[in-house]
Amino acid sequence: MDKTINQKAWFLVLPVFAVVAFSAILPLMTVVNYSMQDTFGNNQFFWNGVGWFKELLDPSTDLGGRFLASLGRNLLFSAIILAIEVPLGIVVALSMPREGWTVAVCLVILALPLLIPWNVVGTIWQIFGRPDIGLLGYTLNTLGIDYNYVSNEFDAWATVIVMDVWHWTSLVALLCYAGLKSIPDAYYQAAQIDGASRWAVFKAIQLPKMNRVLLIAVLLRFMDSFMIYTEPFVVTGGGPGNSTTFVSIELVKIALGQFDLGKAAALSLVYNLIILIVCWVFYTVMTNAGVERPAKKGGA
Amino acid sequence: MARIDLVDLAHSYGGNAAPPESFALKPVTMTWRQGGAYALLGPSGCGKTTLLNLISGIVTPSRGKILFDGADITPLSTQKRNIAQVFQFPVIYDTMTVGQNLAFPLKNRGVPKAEVDARVKQIADLLDLTPYLGRKATRLTADAKQKISLGRGLVRSDVAAVLFDEPLTVIDPELKWQLRSKLKALHRELDLTMIYVTHDQTEALTFADTVVVMHDGRVVQSGTPAELFDKPAHTFVGYFIGSPGMNIVPAAVSGHEARVDGHTIGLHRNYGVLPAGTKIEIGVRPEFLHVAAPASGLLSAMIERIDDLGRARFARVRVGDEKFSARMPPGFSVPDNMVGLVFDPAHVHVYADSRLVEGVA
Amino acid sequence: MSVTLEHVTRTVDGIPTIRDVSLTLERGTLSVLLGPTLSGKTSIMRLLAGLDKPASGRVLVDDKDVTGADVRQRSVAMVYQQFINYPSLTVYENIASPLRVQGRPREEIDRRVQEAAKLLRLEPFLKRTPLQLSGGQQQRTAIARALVKGADLVLLDEPLANLDYKLREELRAELPRIFEASGAIFVYATTEPSEALLLGGDTVCMWQGEVLQAGNTSKVYRQPDTLRVAQVFSDPPLNIVGIEKKNGQVAYAGGIQAPATGLYASLADGPYRVGFRAHQLEVANGIAGRHAFHATVTVTEITGSESFVHLNRDASNWVAVLQGVHEYEPGHVLDAVLDPNNVFVFDAADRLVAAPGRA
Repeated sequence: MDKTINQKAWFLVLPVFAVVAFSAILPLMTVVNYSMQDTFGNNQFFWNGVGWFKELLDPSTDLGGRFLASLGRNLLFSAIILAIEVPLGIVVALSMPREGWTVAVCLVILALPLLIPWNVVGTIWQIFGRPDIGLLGYTLNTLGIDYNYVSNEFDAWATVIVMDVWHWTSLVALLCYAGLKSIPDAYYQAAQIDGASRWAVFKAIQLPKMNRVLLIAVLLRFMDSFMIYTEPFVVTGGGPGNSTTFVSIELVKIALGQFDLGKAAALSLVYNLIILIVCWVFYTVMTNAGVERPAKKGGA
Repeated sequence: MARIDLVDLAHSYGGNAAPPESFALKPVTMTWRQGGAYALLGPSGCGKTTLLNLISGIVTPSRGKILFDGADITPLSTQKRNIAQVFQFPVIYDTMTVGQNLAFPLKNRGVPKAEVDARVKQIADLLDLTPYLGRKATRLTADAKQKISLGRGLVRSDVAAVLFDEPLTVIDPELKWQLRSKLKALHRELDLTMIYVTHDQTEALTFADTVVVMHDGRVVQSGTPAELFDKPAHTFVGYFIGSPGMNIVPAAVSGHEARVDGHTIGLHRNYGVLPAGTKIEIGVRPEFLHVAAPASGLLSAMIERIDDLGRARFARVRVGDEKFSARMPPGFSVPDNMVGLVFDPAHVHVYADSRLVEGVA
Repeated sequence: MSVTLEHVTRTVDGIPTIRDVSLTLERGTLSVLLGPTLSGKTSIMRLLAGLDKPASGRVLVDDKDVTGADVRQRSVAMVYQQFINYPSLTVYENIASPLRVQGRPREEIDRRVQEAAKLLRLEPFLKRTPLQLSGGQQQRTAIARALVKGADLVLLDEPLANLDYKLREELRAELPRIFEASGAIFVYATTEPSEALLLGGDTVCMWQGEVLQAGNTSKVYRQPDTLRVAQVFSDPPLNIVGIEKKNGQVAYAGGIQAPATGLYASLADGPYRVGFRAHQLEVANGIAGRHAFHATVTVTEITGSESFVHLNRDASNWVAVLQGVHEYEPGHVLDAVLDPNNVFVFDAADRLVAAPGRA
């Protein structure tokens, strides 16, 4: 069929352009603008070219050192929580009932942590872990384990990680459960008849069928954990020292604590870029995984 | 490879306390011999899938026992029953090649590699899958995938039975008869006890040497295809097997005679006096009933329509309120709408409450 | 009223799906579109309904050009292979729905729904919803809805394909009666020759987007113009063998000589192809005047009333049909005999030159 060319259609998308320009493009341009300049307050700006970007990538400078250290912490954090949450989520999903009223109960329990806002999660754990009044902190110390997330780096990390695992494993589990539910009964019956062990069933049927949802889970959890801010800020405030200062916390410190708009702008652009690249890599991997699937035969 | 005995086997999804009429499978006792090809045939909801699931162990019977070679296996799990099953839709292990898929049931049981390879090769050859052995199974067509499922069902030589649950559902009609003949050839080649569940009479009659016809949770007849055609044990078998199905009409029967619409039809056997209060019917297949010019001594009927099947013509006729399908001899033309019906006495059967009555010769 | 396709062509993605089809359908007739999958049956129906526009050619209704007219302005009803009903409405409301759209008065709707329900034996089910019905009843509901609409053109696209064979058998027997009672133009697409035969009426034989032959069903079946028509109108597939006639003898491909009796007698010398349907090949031996072939059984298919014996003879596959249940072991060698009076003979250009019962 012939397409009708009608330029009037452009007017219809104009409002969207206006909103996007106002809410995204203009602020982004402002950030780009700031990232090229230096300021000493009083709205006085000096041209600094790509100076901030050079510093950011140079570990010998203060800015570069802080950025690269926090970036390293971020990557370590993401790696740890992925390594815990993905297998744990799979195990939870596998051990969930497949039918009956218990399904609904399990789903509600799993969904609960997801419904709690970030800062509330942080506050819960902050109090929960306090050695003086928190149930967890008090119990651990009573048992003779010297636990204090305010003074001990390891304890601070452990707290933040356990908190994230508590908060987000449900998401992975729910996604995996959806993947598992889509496997027809016949597959399990066939595997039983073929004499497959529990492990073989997992490897040959469940894991391949969960492939796609797992990729989505990994992507979501990576992105989220890479941008983590609220929970560690509420619990540890980035401490002790700088041990739980992630890129986002560093960014806020520079921008709002020191009011170094230029440095902060440069940092946020680089931060943004990293996230975009990671997204692109994931997207590519996922679409390629999609191509592997054969074209379904029509009819039947 | 086993003889299978069903002993007073019955099942109700509502539990043992449910009224007997509501049982999905009403009590059945029968023996299936080692190496036989059996088909469970019936319309949807007749209980054939329930019976299959009882044998495979997916469902535990409310009552009765299942014996494999005399050993009671009723309490055993699916895994321990030593059976193989092919499902309606292809079940393929996505990450494996075709060869690995076929080898899977053997490897799980620790069969030595050389033996696995030899058996996989034999099955692949029989199913024409050899060129695909190294390929990933996911990328094949539905037909090929179902062949892999069939292959996995047949790859073990030590199974008590291979169960097929409507395995040709996803197969293109043009390929169906090829696979049907393949299955038959495989049965001859492999000496396995095979049980095939289907609602398609052609599949059942072509595949099996014994067809078990089920209706409303009951086994109504178990016999060879010829027996089902020549001597249906139940009016349902007469109706369900054959196209068009058997003519079944109410009649009064005594001795060597049946009376329909005031007309007497001679019978081959003597039925004596049948018990009062039962529903008496006679059944005759359209192949054994033909139309002729009206004449005295013939049951006269009115032609409603003539179905020209190309190779044969069948007349749909009416006698009073009863309808018959009758063969039209080649070249026969109807002067007006009235014809006479000629019965072949050897093929007129008598049914009491839908069950065949054996007369005395 | 009549509907005419005039030199209609349709192309999809550069591939012709309909090639120069001309066809006229008259009121009160039933036309069966017979052909294998993808032969253009559905495309023809969509053109008739006005769902698609032809690339070239015209569509006429009562000699008026409606080629570009919208489907909503045409009086068309359609029944599909899938059972399409409104799942939340009762059978009554399903059947009534086209009349409600037309804004008919309540009494008229009730009368026409009851009529259609009676015709299709749906009266006991009017208060149920489609999902509480069997497949056959669901499809009858869809057919009733198509009929009640009072459309001039009713299109049925393989309506029985998804039904169990017993239900198919029952509906097939009822359809001709329903068609006769309605008086619209019926077009019925099927892949099954036996369905075309049972429905009677006219048959339009299709192959790769072309109309090969159209006419009275029995005539197309018994006098196929070409080898291809005979093949399309044959299930199981048509058996074919090449012959050479010379000096009053016919030599079958694969080495059998026989006197040129029967239909062979009047042929000029030269090569021909002989086609015969499964029932024209008999399994027997020693019948005088018949031509006998040694053939090997590959499989016997038993449908209940009949047995189809698949044979292999000189590298070609044949099928013979026998009444009742007969089982031959694969590998069994038997005599298949052909009556020289009961074959179709096609010339080198695959045109029919001799057929049983033809003057």
